[in-house]
Amino acid sequence: MAVQTNIRAKAHVYGDHIDTDRIIPGKYTKTLDLSTLANHVLEDLDPKFNKEVKPGDILVAGINFGCGSSREQAPLALKQSGVSVVIAKDFARIFFRNAINIGLPVLEIADHSIQKNALLDIDLKTGIVKDLTANITYTATKLPDIMIDILAEGGLVNYLTKNGTYTL
Amino acid sequence: MGQTISEKIISNHVGKEVYAGELVISKVDGCMASDTTGPLTIKAFREMGGKKVFNPEKCALIIDHAAPSPNERIANLHKMMRDFAKEQGMRLFEIGEGICHQVMVENQYVKPGDIFIGADSHTPTYGALNAFACGVGSTDLAATMMTGKIWLKVPQTIQINCSGKLQDGVTAKDLILFLVGKVTVSGATYQAIEFTGEAFESLSLASRMTIANMSSEMGAKTGIVHPKGLALDYDFESITPDTDANYVKTFNFDVSDLEPQVSAPESPDNVHNISNYEGTKINYAFIGTCCNGRLEDLDVAAEILKGKKIHPDVRMVIAPASQSVLLDAISNGTMSTLIEAGASLITSGCGPCVGTHQGVPADGEVVISAANRNFRGRMGNPNSNIYLGAPSTVAASALEGQITNPKKYLL
Repeated sequence: MAVQTNIRAKAHVYGDHIDTDRIIPGKYTKTLDLSTLANHVLEDLDPKFNKEVKPGDILVAGINFGCGSSREQAPLALKQSGVSVVIAKDFARIFFRNAINIGLPVLEIADHSIQKNALLDIDLKTGIVKDLTANITYTATKLPDIMIDILAEGGLVNYLTKNGTYTL
Repeated sequence: MGQTISEKIISNHVGKEVYAGELVISKVDGCMASDTTGPLTIKAFREMGGKKVFNPEKCALIIDHAAPSPNERIANLHKMMRDFAKEQGMRLFEIGEGICHQVMVENQYVKPGDIFIGADSHTPTYGALNAFACGVGSTDLAATMMTGKIWLKVPQTIQINCSGKLQDGVTAKDLILFLVGKVTVSGATYQAIEFTGEAFESLSLASRMTIANMSSEMGAKTGIVHPKGLALDYDFESITPDTDANYVKTFNFDVSDLEPQVSAPESPDNVHNISNYEGTKINYAFIGTCCNGRLEDLDVAAEILKGKKIHPDVRMVIAPASQSVLLDAISNGTMSTLIEAGASLITSGCGPCVGTHQGVPADGEVVISAANRNFRGRMGNPNSNIYLGAPSTVAASALEGQITNPKKYLL
């Protein structure tokens, strides 16, 4: 199952250092039910997000997005809520791996100035992000090759089901 | 070309000399997951076609984040972990046996020179043992359990060199809080840290674990304490950096005048001298966690509270890092001292630090905690505030009902 590579959607924009407790509080993480996670996504940061997010929407943040816990429930909650891609100035490393592993694309754009409700057009293959509202074009940092391969399969489960082990 | 500790350990595991920036697939020596990450790990392991874990002697599951189970949903997830461990012939550490990182070290799942992967962000704790240890999420851990491998980018290393000796009454927690404040919560993202210098050499294993534990609060992939002065119950070969190793950055601090440190809400790097916060009223004092729930942490609290009662407006919760720590604290009298002073003992495990149960603060309450994180909502209530400090600071503050410099009780 390959991920969709062309996305045009609205940006929900937040600030720096959004930690995993703010993405999904620890009290909700002990579950395998993804809809429970989506119901509480970002609730301590923005209680309205869960009601406003539409399938395909884009989450945009500043530096160190996803810092804190190793909980994979954080990218799972975002993906289940309908978020199609996360753009940040940079990411905390475990969140970054987790997102790729579950097939949620993440793009690092160190100098973006994307504003709330901007309409973005994204080509995941090239990493080119067009801010159609502000008329600015960005190029995201290229992922390591192995991450591109994992994402192309839709995540690490599919990658390993197909390959049996890692290959460089 | 010289190598850092991380470059040496990874080179030993991939069978060739590698340096920062290279992408490698490395074998790993061991791995573990907790009850926050384990159920998703098991699900992913099955989905990716996993039949047997790569080595049942080296893979473990630990029930520590919500132990004992607070509701039927979590009880069923715990059962799923028990069933999987039995099927795989691997060890499951039961409720109350302790926090994952503590029991991995006590039971020698990880040793100097190892590469260890844990589905918990505080896995760098094993850097205290001169090991390369990384936190990952559930699907990564499932892949490691199945293949015995992980893909890694060999990290650049930041060297943190601390000269001088800590004053009496100033602890490893004060030192690492100070360093987190200087490096910041994203200052070491994707990178390894090497802690080196006189200030670390005399530290116990427990104190070294406190130091390495909070590497993750700087975003680091791993944090390794230089093995000089490391004493273990068994013989080991230590890995030291070459004198011409390449560091991306070096910090130098003289810590001989360091005062007790406090991290204020709501980020671990919001760190200042305790004098900035003395007098702040507290409702709740907590000592425990993978950062500061070990015997020396409980002992220093008992030294401060011996023969006294905590402030009537404060409640105090103690969660020993493991059953072994608890038994030692019973044997040496520390546990009686703490309970007689008014503290409440809860099951060894993560306890209130992860905000699931066992002591969630009320709206508007202020907590002084020996844990490692004070993000908004961390302890289960976004309308409370968490200050972080050393166990000594937590005990002194519990006594006075306000944030208090512990030095006067220790000198």
